[in-house]
Amino acid sequence: MTSLLAEDSALSAADASGASSVAWLLIALPLVGAAVLLLGGRRTDRFGPLLATGLSWGSFVVGLVVFLQLLGLPAEERAQDLTLWNWVPAGAFQLDVGLLVDPLSTSFVLLITFVGSLIHVYSIGYMENDPDKRRFFAYLNLFVASMLLLVLADSYLLLFVGWEGVGLASYLLIGFWNWNPAYATAANKAFFVNRVGDLGLAIGIMVIFVTFGSVDYATVSEGAANASQGTLTAIGLLLLLGACGKSAQFPLQSWLGDAMAGPTPVSALIHAATMVTAGVYLVVRSNPIYDGAPDARLAVALVGAITLLFGAIVGCAKDDIKKVLAASTMSQIGYMMLAAGLGPVGYAFAIFHLLTHGFFKAGMFLGAGSVMHGMNDQVNLRRYGGLSTFMKITWVTFGLGWLAILGVPPFSGFWSKDSVIEAAFVGEGWQPWVLGGVALLGAGITAFYMSRLFFMTFHGEKRWEEDPEPHPHDPDRTMTVPMIVLAVGSAGLGLVLGPTGAITSWLAPVVGEHGEEHPVLPVWLIVALTLGLVAVGAAYAWVRYGRDLVPEVAPKATAITRAARVDLYQDAVNEGLFMRPGIHLTRGLVFADARGVDGAVGGLAALVGGLSSRLRRLQTGYARSYALTMLTGVVTVLGALWVIQ
Amino acid sequence: MPAAEFQAVQVDYAAVAPMLIVAAGALVGVLVEAFAPRRSRHRIQVWLTTLTLLAAFVVLLLWSRESMTVTLGGSVVVDGVSLFLMGALLVLSALAVLVMAERFGGVGADAFTPMGSSTPGSAQEDTATRAGYATSEVFPLTLFAVLGMMVFVTANDLITMFVGLEVLSLPLYVMTGLARRRRLLSQEAALKYFLLGGFSSAFFLFGAALLYGYAGSGDLEAISTAISTASGDLDGLLVPGVVLTMVGLLFKIGAVPFHSWTPDVYQGAPTPVTGFMAACTKIAAFGALLRLAYVGVGANRWDWEMGLVVVAALTMVVGAVLSVTQTDVKRLLAYSSIAHAGFILVGVLAFSQAGIGGVLFYLVAYGFMTVAAFGIVAMVRQGGSEASHLSQWAGLGRRHPVVAGTFAFLLLAFAGIPLTSGFTAKYAAFAPAVASGTTGTVLVVIGVLASAVTAFVYIRLIVLMYFTDPTGDDVVALVPSIPSTVAITVGVLVTVVAGIIPGLALDLASSASEFLL
Repeated sequence: MTSLLAEDSALSAADASGASSVAWLLIALPLVGAAVLLLGGRRTDRFGPLLATGLSWGSFVVGLVVFLQLLGLPAEERAQDLTLWNWVPAGAFQLDVGLLVDPLSTSFVLLITFVGSLIHVYSIGYMENDPDKRRFFAYLNLFVASMLLLVLADSYLLLFVGWEGVGLASYLLIGFWNWNPAYATAANKAFFVNRVGDLGLAIGIMVIFVTFGSVDYATVSEGAANASQGTLTAIGLLLLLGACGKSAQFPLQSWLGDAMAGPTPVSALIHAATMVTAGVYLVVRSNPIYDGAPDARLAVALVGAITLLFGAIVGCAKDDIKKVLAASTMSQIGYMMLAAGLGPVGYAFAIFHLLTHGFFKAGMFLGAGSVMHGMNDQVNLRRYGGLSTFMKITWVTFGLGWLAILGVPPFSGFWSKDSVIEAAFVGEGWQPWVLGGVALLGAGITAFYMSRLFFMTFHGEKRWEEDPEPHPHDPDRTMTVPMIVLAVGSAGLGLVLGPTGAITSWLAPVVGEHGEEHPVLPVWLIVALTLGLVAVGAAYAWVRYGRDLVPEVAPKATAITRAARVDLYQDAVNEGLFMRPGIHLTRGLVFADARGVDGAVGGLAALVGGLSSRLRRLQTGYARSYALTMLTGVVTVLGALWVIQ
Repeated sequence: MPAAEFQAVQVDYAAVAPMLIVAAGALVGVLVEAFAPRRSRHRIQVWLTTLTLLAAFVVLLLWSRESMTVTLGGSVVVDGVSLFLMGALLVLSALAVLVMAERFGGVGADAFTPMGSSTPGSAQEDTATRAGYATSEVFPLTLFAVLGMMVFVTANDLITMFVGLEVLSLPLYVMTGLARRRRLLSQEAALKYFLLGGFSSAFFLFGAALLYGYAGSGDLEAISTAISTASGDLDGLLVPGVVLTMVGLLFKIGAVPFHSWTPDVYQGAPTPVTGFMAACTKIAAFGALLRLAYVGVGANRWDWEMGLVVVAALTMVVGAVLSVTQTDVKRLLAYSSIAHAGFILVGVLAFSQAGIGGVLFYLVAYGFMTVAAFGIVAMVRQGGSEASHLSQWAGLGRRHPVVAGTFAFLLLAFAGIPLTSGFTAKYAAFAPAVASGTTGTVLVVIGVLASAVTAFVYIRLIVLMYFTDPTGDDVVALVPSIPSTVAITVGVLVTVVAGIIPGLALDLASSASEFLL
């Protein structure tokens, strides 16, 4: 029943009117900013960052207006299609560039533009002394434009354009300080791993085109009901591969940790709040496909479950503040994937957790940036300690984010994560027990490693007597205000959206009604278990890292910790499975090319040259030999024709 | 026995008016040469020749086009093909004349010897040089050659065709020997051209005689009729007749193995004359070949077709392969013209109307390219004479970006790179050949491979111009005078336009691709 509703809703996209008809401005504003800053060159150095920030806020205002307009409409009319121009007029294949303004895309628009604009503001302070900050803001604007294109596209092909656009912006920003070879390598790594995922998405789009004859969402959701389950499963798995690449899900998770090489605002915006959640968006947007392919959906849920444990385990062992946050991001997106893989019962919660996570994780990244700012760019947790007295604002705002991600009521994370865990317990057979159990366990581990990070940073003894001695302090207002705003969001957003049922009813036109499903365990028990595990995890972290002394050098630990410190050998596995065979293959191909192809080409050229030199000798310059050539030619031709006859 | 009553030959003057105008212009040119004062002769001749050619072209467009007919007692036919070819001849020869008029800004007189009749290195020649004489005879000679070419492409019987052949050849022999620099080379080339030309004319005549013996008439239509109604007694005359006649035409085309003269003559002749020969002689000879092969002896083409196929394949391969080892720009372009002749022969061998259209288009496209290319070659000089050795072209792109860039573009057109007319022309000539069957397809494959080889040669020259350090500082590209600039510009423009929007020219060529008979 729920899936039917979903199909109906997607069909009824009306032509855009009112504020939605200027939805193109959302993308155009930041795009103009990026163009002006990149093409204007050094002339825009002075006003560039402010212009970029202003345009980003402008985009937010447009988004807000569109949102309010949609809010004023009845639920079933909240999908508006804005056709911009005919993009691919290729015979029978017609594709328009069109924007789909509906509750799902609008949710993303608000998250992207609001958090994005806050981070623009924060960056004004954070990047103040960087000589290249104009380029930085240009890339940020480019990112915002691409991300908005990704979520507003009304077809998979246009989504792919945005998808690649954010990939490009991510690549450029990870390698922003590319004078450091390690950072440039990190950018390349992100790029390569994403290629694998993008290939999956591209092939998925091709299969969609072959199956449905078109690539726009409306046609796909219309046709999904009649397509064979095998085809839908194939498409679902291919789209999942794309989602895994962009959202750093198992097995394509390896790039996210290294991506922390980028400036911290980038980590907050792109690698925590927005871009990495594009995979979740893709899965939720493709709900008509996944509704018809239970196997693909299960794969999504399993990928989410594996990743959430993977990220959580890695997060426990890392000593680099940003890498812990990156592992946590991976893990939290695992929760979203898990929820998205549960089907109609989980779509809305996936987006709900995505929104709250966008706030608290971005807030914590900005807090981490603030800490690094005050600590001479030190990122090692073992070199922090006792910072709560020096950086009050950072401590409080980070603390709110910490409480939110732990899922302590009534902060945001409690509402969203709890919904996901409850939804994971819905179902039949082994699934609810495995998925629910993993989600529950993950909550406990999350509490442990996030508390570990929090206590190692802000509490305990100070461990930073080094030369030159840092003077930790709260940064100036451009940086603290965004942190405060995000902290408020971390604290209250869940309360506003969750218990009121606002998020589920808002998204219902897109993802279907949230059915009356009952978990295999009573809800109160799940909540109690979750809170209990969270309390245990946090308490253990307090004992180990708050009360006890933290060694300044990481002690030799158990095998599992050592494995987690190197990301559970993900790079070694990739290297052994793909890189080395790939290198051997490349060497083989180079060899074949040099010996075989080049040899053939060179040999042919030598043959022609040699033939030319020989033939040239016939050109003696004597008229008599020319005449003889002619005569020979005539006689030969005549003779040959005579023989043939 | 009373003599048969004399019947006056009907002449459709509208149809032959362009030829009459060119003939009249040539005769007036001779008078100018005799009576006009030496100082103003050159200028008068340039104006006279250009205006004559343009007038003939205008008359052709406005008047002759209306009256497509067989006239002059059946010896001249004015149909779509001959009109198209005459028009092309007139325009291209006008451009070639503009290049011939180049006087190098007064720095070193024009490309022609001051006195054609003087012995190289003699005191007489010195005197003529010091006096600043100019061989303005070259202009009426050009007009006579153009007249011969026009007769050649309109000829409807073998005798008229032979007359046309000789009328176009004799002035060319003389013009070849008129180069100002390297006089001995020039005169040697002229003599070779003359000897071998005579040799090939003999083949043509012998073939024509055999065909006459076979059909009892030199008329192409009559030969065609005779083939389809033949009793079989004289069949032995037919194939040798066809082959020998064609040898005479293939010689002018420069097809292998009748090509040996081409590099020597192209190199020895004054560069503007080389451009004229490469563009116009090729058009004329192919026009005659098309008419002979399609109208005259097409009916028994199964008997002789294979011979022409082999010649086409050899022409492409030898032209392409030999161009690889050339060290002289003019010889390189000569071998390139041989290879192009092979490509055009592929179009001829399609034996379809589309094939004719393709050939016509190719001839025109190649003509414009080659006139412009030789116009540029004439401008690149070292110490007063042409710098035609490839080593002298090294690094030209650095000092003369415009000249080198234009030449590079023309080379790309020769290579048949898309967005130039060279590509569309190859396509137009090759597509009908593929459609014609297996043999055509094999020829096209050979043609494409040969194109690849020639592309290497052209691109190597581009690399030489742009990426090699110059050997000496004194190689310069002179600034061309207005007439040459016009000629080169038109050539390049046509190459661009016909490459980007080939539709117009292709339509014109295909609408002209029907023989009247």
